[in-house]
Order: sequence, then C-alpha cells, then structure tokens
Amino acid sequence: MAARTLINVPQKARRGEIIQIKTLISHIMETGFRHDNVGKPIPRDIITSFVCTYNGEEIFKAALYQAIAANPFITFHTVATGSGTIAFQWTGDNGFTQEASAKITVE
Amino acid sequence: MGIGNTTQATRREFLAATAGAGALLMVRPAQATPASMATAIRQVVGEAHVKPGKIKLDLPPLVENGNTVAMSVAVDSPMTAKDYVKAIHVFTEKNPQPNVISIQLGPRAGKAEISTRVRLADTQQVVAICELSDGSFWSDKVDVIITLGACLEDLP
Repeated sequence: MAARTLINVPQKARRGEIIQIKTLISHIMETGFRHDNVGKPIPRDIITSFVCTYNGEEIFKAALYQAIAANPFITFHTVATGSGTIAFQWTGDNGFTQEASAKITVE
Repeated sequence: MGIGNTTQATRREFLAATAGAGALLMVRPAQATPASMATAIRQVVGEAHVKPGKIKLDLPPLVENGNTVAMSVAVDSPMTAKDYVKAIHVFTEKNPQPNVISIQLGPRAGKAEISTRVRLADTQQVVAICELSDGSFWSDKVDVIITLGACLEDLP
C-alpha cells in the first residue's frame, strides 16, 4: 500500500550551506497496545526505520518506535555538498516500504 | 453581572489551584527512573557515564493531547569530522515502551538538530541522550504534564 509522502528540500543551495530537510509520511503507526471494540488486541503496525541518503551516501538514519505519533514527521539538517538526489526510505511492519526522493542543485 | 463575577472568581481560583499543582509536579525532586527506562538506557550507553549538558530537549511543559507532541532535540556540537554527534536517543518513563526514537548522525549533518512528533501516555519525564564521536554520553531531562494521554486505554 502506497503511503503519501511530503518532502521539503530546498531546490537550490550554496556549497557548504546547512540545509533543513523536512519529511512527512502518512502512516497509522498502530502501537499494538490498543484493543478494538470487542476487546481483541489490534496488532502492531509501525514504521521501524527511516534512512536518508545524499547521492548514495547515508547521512541520516532513525529507528522509530511506537512512541512516534501517527504520520511520522521528521526534520533534520545536512550540508549541501553537491548537486544530485536526496533519497528517503521508510520501512516498517508487514513488509511496509516507501521511497521518495528530491533533487537539489548546489552552486 | 453578579453571576458572571462569581464564575470568573471560581475559574480564577481553579486556575490558580491547578497552576499550583502543576508547579508542584514540575519541581518534584529527581526521582528514580522507572526500571524499564533505565534498562533501555543501559542497553544504549552500556557502562558509560551519562553526564548532564550539551544536549537540549525541547518539549512543551503542558500538553493537552498526548497523541501528537512536537519534540525537538538539539546538541551543541561543531559537527566537524573530528568532533560530531554520533547518535541521539530519546526515552520516556511511563509510555508502555521506553524507546521513542534512536537517530544516527554524522559530520555530514552540519547541525545536530532534529524534530519530530511523539506520543506521550501520561505526565512523565522524557530523557534525551546523545553520544558524541569521542564516546561520551550527555543527557537532558524534561518534565511534561499531559492532560489527555495517547490512546492506551487497555494497558496490561
């Protein structure tokens, strides 16, 4: 099931500039601690890992747990080293994977 | 008019009382961290000594809805190839599971500053720990008051 993602990366940056990256993905992040209306436990369904690569090099990695709110929103920073692609990958329970990428021009 | 004044007075009293209670909670002495959080922290830091400082955990002190709480963590570090933040971990005291997020960074980050949204089940203490490239660990603690906890109605 494809999830919607929203990525905010500046299109242009100066070389060496520190840029902020904002990411949002639609995901229920079901904790596994809740029960449905007949008392049956709702199985856990969360995103467990988020990785960001800049031109193939890993720059940021996060392990997520149940305490992350639904629709995980993560912001972080990186140094704009060169033009290219910043790619994002989320993986989670029940074989969930989602990828997204953004282009950046560095001058 | 008279009635309005009375309600206002009672509300003022109520607010004053609750604010007082909140202040009491805020200044409560550092308590022993619950075992599960301590274990989770031990798993990350090993035998290393965790010192207070360098890291700043930012959470609102009073939260209306624990289902989404904006949280940001910043570490005071030059982020150079020799001196950078390797990892940031966040833990909670009273959530059913002590881990919140574990982040791995490198000198490429430029700035060790992240933010996300978390769930908090109850009024509790949240702890952020960072690991620097020299192997030292630093921590910051924040007390948060939650009026409506994240949905965990059937806790074991």
